[in-house]
Amino acid sequence: MKLNRRDFIKANAALAAAAVVGAQLPAAEKVLAAEGDSGIRWDKAPCRFCGTGCSVLVGTKNGKIVATQGDPDAPVNRGLNCIKGYFLTKIMYGKDRLTKPLLRKTNGKYDKNGEFTPVSWDEAFAIMAEKFKEAIKKNGPTTVGMFGSGQWQVWEGYAAVKLFKAGFLSNNLDPNARHCMASAVAGFMRTFGIDEPMGCYDDLEKADAFVLWGSNMAENHPILWSRLTNRRLTAPHVKVAVLSTYENRCFDLADLPLVFHPQTDLVILNYIANYIIQNDKVNKDFVGKHVNFRIGNTDIGYGLRPEDSREKNAANSKDAGGSKEYSFEEYAKFVAEYTLDKAHEISGIAKKDLEALAELYADPKRKVVSYWTMGFNQHTRGSWANNLVYNIHLLTGKISKPGCGPFSLTGQPSACGTAREVGTFSHRLPADMVVKNPKHREIAEKTWKIPAGSIPAKPGYHAVLQSRMLKDGKLNAYWVMCNNNMQAAANINEEGYPGYRNPKNFIVVSDPYPTVTAMAADLILPTAMWVEKEGAYGNAERRTQFFRQQVKAPGEAKSDLWQLVEFSKHFTTDEVWPKELLDKNPSYKGKTLYQILFANGQVDKFPLSELQKGHDNDESHHFGYYLQKGLFEEYASFGRGHGHDLAPFEMYHEARGLRWPVVDKKETLWRFREGYDPYVKKGEGVRFYGKPDGKAVIFALPYEPPPEVPDEEYDLWLCTGRVLEHWHSGSMTRRVPELYRAVPDALVYMHPKDAEKRGLKRGQLVKIASPRGEITCPVETRGRNKVPEGLVFIPWFDAGRLVNKLILDATCPISKETDFKKCPVKITKA
Amino acid sequence: MDIDKDIDKKDKKRQKETARRQFLTETLPAAASALVLAAGLGAYQRSAQAVPPRAMRPPGALPEKKFQAACLRCGQCVRACHANLLQNNTMEEIAFDQPAEINPNASVKLEPVLRLAECGADIPVGTPYFIPRISPCRLCEDMPCAQACPSGALSKQTLLDEEKKPSIYKATMGLAVLVDHENCIGSQGLRCDVCYRNCPVIDEALTLDMQINRRTGVHTRFIPTVHSKYCTGCGKCERSCILEHPAIKVLPIEQARGELGHHYRLGWEEKEEAGKSLIPEALQLPARRPEELP
Repeated sequence: MKLNRRDFIKANAALAAAAVVGAQLPAAEKVLAAEGDSGIRWDKAPCRFCGTGCSVLVGTKNGKIVATQGDPDAPVNRGLNCIKGYFLTKIMYGKDRLTKPLLRKTNGKYDKNGEFTPVSWDEAFAIMAEKFKEAIKKNGPTTVGMFGSGQWQVWEGYAAVKLFKAGFLSNNLDPNARHCMASAVAGFMRTFGIDEPMGCYDDLEKADAFVLWGSNMAENHPILWSRLTNRRLTAPHVKVAVLSTYENRCFDLADLPLVFHPQTDLVILNYIANYIIQNDKVNKDFVGKHVNFRIGNTDIGYGLRPEDSREKNAANSKDAGGSKEYSFEEYAKFVAEYTLDKAHEISGIAKKDLEALAELYADPKRKVVSYWTMGFNQHTRGSWANNLVYNIHLLTGKISKPGCGPFSLTGQPSACGTAREVGTFSHRLPADMVVKNPKHREIAEKTWKIPAGSIPAKPGYHAVLQSRMLKDGKLNAYWVMCNNNMQAAANINEEGYPGYRNPKNFIVVSDPYPTVTAMAADLILPTAMWVEKEGAYGNAERRTQFFRQQVKAPGEAKSDLWQLVEFSKHFTTDEVWPKELLDKNPSYKGKTLYQILFANGQVDKFPLSELQKGHDNDESHHFGYYLQKGLFEEYASFGRGHGHDLAPFEMYHEARGLRWPVVDKKETLWRFREGYDPYVKKGEGVRFYGKPDGKAVIFALPYEPPPEVPDEEYDLWLCTGRVLEHWHSGSMTRRVPELYRAVPDALVYMHPKDAEKRGLKRGQLVKIASPRGEITCPVETRGRNKVPEGLVFIPWFDAGRLVNKLILDATCPISKETDFKKCPVKITKA
Repeated sequence: MDIDKDIDKKDKKRQKETARRQFLTETLPAAASALVLAAGLGAYQRSAQAVPPRAMRPPGALPEKKFQAACLRCGQCVRACHANLLQNNTMEEIAFDQPAEINPNASVKLEPVLRLAECGADIPVGTPYFIPRISPCRLCEDMPCAQACPSGALSKQTLLDEEKKPSIYKATMGLAVLVDHENCIGSQGLRCDVCYRNCPVIDEALTLDMQINRRTGVHTRFIPTVHSKYCTGCGKCERSCILEHPAIKVLPIEQARGELGHHYRLGWEEKEEAGKSLIPEALQLPARRPEELP
């Protein structure tokens, strides 16, 4: 190893500095300090964090990630990162990485109330299998379940779907994307019959106007915001409208800064539709050819427990998604009541601003993109909000073409690629298929080579229902993987934690770190993360990105994929399948789930010789075949030829991500439009082929109030969300010392007048309480978020302040996604 | 059933107790001994009146020379600062370390804001100061430090807002300066802006200058820009800078500021202040153009 003079000085300076402050340099930094940059192997990987899908180059040396850089040639980020991406090197090396399975034990035996004790994987899987078998034997397959992730690799989600839906024959599998994207999925499916945005990030350079609905893109999609800002700066005619219930950092750039009262976005959306119709700006040709009208069921409840009066009194809580045929004339009459006066009165937005916003959409010369995230999705009428924004784009024909379209931004790196496309939801199967549809089940059963009639037709428990069923003792063996639901979910004091600690239940949590969720479990499994395995993510613009394993996981930590596949070896069909099914199909008797699901002649088809030389692939070497490729190719067979075409496996290792459908070695940038989308035939122009007649649906849907509003006691709205410095529950970013230093604690952002009224000063510790619990944190009256009077904002990254426990577990009854954005609270001196 | 209570109660209690004990055992004696030292070392102090490069004084401090003359070295401001921080539980744990709930084995060491200069430091012994990178001023609105000052070396009355009321946001402890554009990753086009978002006087003291990123062609560079009229010098930006060594630093104002020639005015600012042009409306003639053009 030769050192040049500069490297030598750098090395010694770093070591000297480390000695002075008494800090222990991570191993990776020691290597760099001693040897400089020479000998680093660089390879590509997508960033671990949000759904933007920035690409980085990962520098490995002596088995450690020693450096990263933004990939200068990546189309999304062109060498840039946000500060979370800047610190990717450090996320795997937190001091408290889990390296051994931990089981609660007393006197050497499993005890629900025992202390966490290191055990072997054999012992961990043995007790886990025992509990799963016990539950299934006693009360059938609905007693087992799993809560998964939009951060899973594509094949991890796929292995989980197989293990639960085709192995345990239980649909109780749901991802944390339920808290994040479910309303967008429901919206896309209802309107277009096929999931995910039709446009792509290229729209950022092509639109003439951007409308942000409940999206703090400036902090939460930092690199996309940087692109949007550039478009605004370089093209003076471009307008940016930002709608939110408080002023976030996007308001910096806003030409139309619009703060509305919570829940009234539904009114504004209908007002815009009415404006377009009243001013004769409907694109009649487009609407005539490509659109059907329907009226949706109303008074649909709030997804609460059935005994709650708000459910009992709701006329359509049992058929929330129902709808009837409607006409354009009827629709025009329906939205006619959403006048400018009414929209102004209810939303609180000035009339001239409402008109200016509506005109952005109505002006036929202006190309418009609508972006939204959790403001729309985490909403007790979230599916409606999604439908209503599509209405506007469909009425004006501003959809499925460069610079135009509705675009739901995703918060997780593979919310699209894994949670949605693979179908890890309790009601879904791969490639947008659903368990309710007998044809879809038949396709899945054939592809998976399992007996006809195996997959249950009834959707399983969704996220919120899983918590309730755990509490009620109906879901007894539960595996939580790649998420931190005890921090993320709403109302955990009443509906989450009790189920974990219910003596009837056995809870397993797989995570790289001891999160609050892990600490609430009975068994913790140490997990490999990010580039400690071969992976595949799908970002918000349908871009699938692959990466290779760069380093080994620490200690005995194993990837989610290894855990899912290895666990299947512990079950035989006789133990978990109904006797009638086996009697009808005797050839399946006595086989392990592993043999049926993975060693099935398809998944185990590709030999180890196909692995990339020079890279580890711990799972494939363990099982003896190229596991990821086998799973991917079997999975991809669901979507190829059906509008979800994924490219051949190898192509993704060569490309910097490809946007599906990939047909004839070409990506698809704008779906449903002739010339751009291979599924639209010559002469068709536009075809929404997710629907049998090729027409999208405009839904007539009204404003309905939220389940709770502030009253005399709980007199403030609480909205929870994120900050740029931390990602989700902070289990990775809070372990990066610099990010922790930058934003150590959650603050409650409050209007100065609200603080004054309560005798509170900036920096003072206060108690925030809802009927479901309380937390304490300091008041911020001057920070990055400027809230209106009557509303406070608290980020949820802080494990020391589990703010989401204050939130009511009410959901959109269609998408089953929780509303984290509007919950009445009171604030007093701590 | 409350998960926080079940999981964290013990930890939180332990943290709080540790903090209180530490305050009592370390800080109070230090303050007391500084008092004793101050009496004996008067001569030494007088010889050390040169302004150190970065003696960040508490809010409301008189100009440095006057401050040194007026300060009794009593430590009351430090005591008030610590008590207030403890009460609001906003003392951060040791710089560069992790939170206790993530790493319970990390020693919970609290970082006070104000401290008393010790013997041998560049700063006159026994005088109060703070180190922004380790623990910036929290800008407490009632200014407990200045309130506790018996000598007037710190005075709320020097910080009056437009309504002649004392306001912490009128403090001028120093001035933040982006000293290293090259290593500021925001200037390079990465999305950082941590200093900006953490600024207690955000959008006034610190703004983002949005510039086109010519290298990528499709992104923006968000460059933190300090405005001296509003910067309090609290040091939160320096503290939160995510670099190994901060690219933004708080400096004593006299070191940080340039000075415009007294003979020159910035025309656009003068016009904005006046609300109109400083001269009467000037005559404007239309330009001659070919007929077909408008």
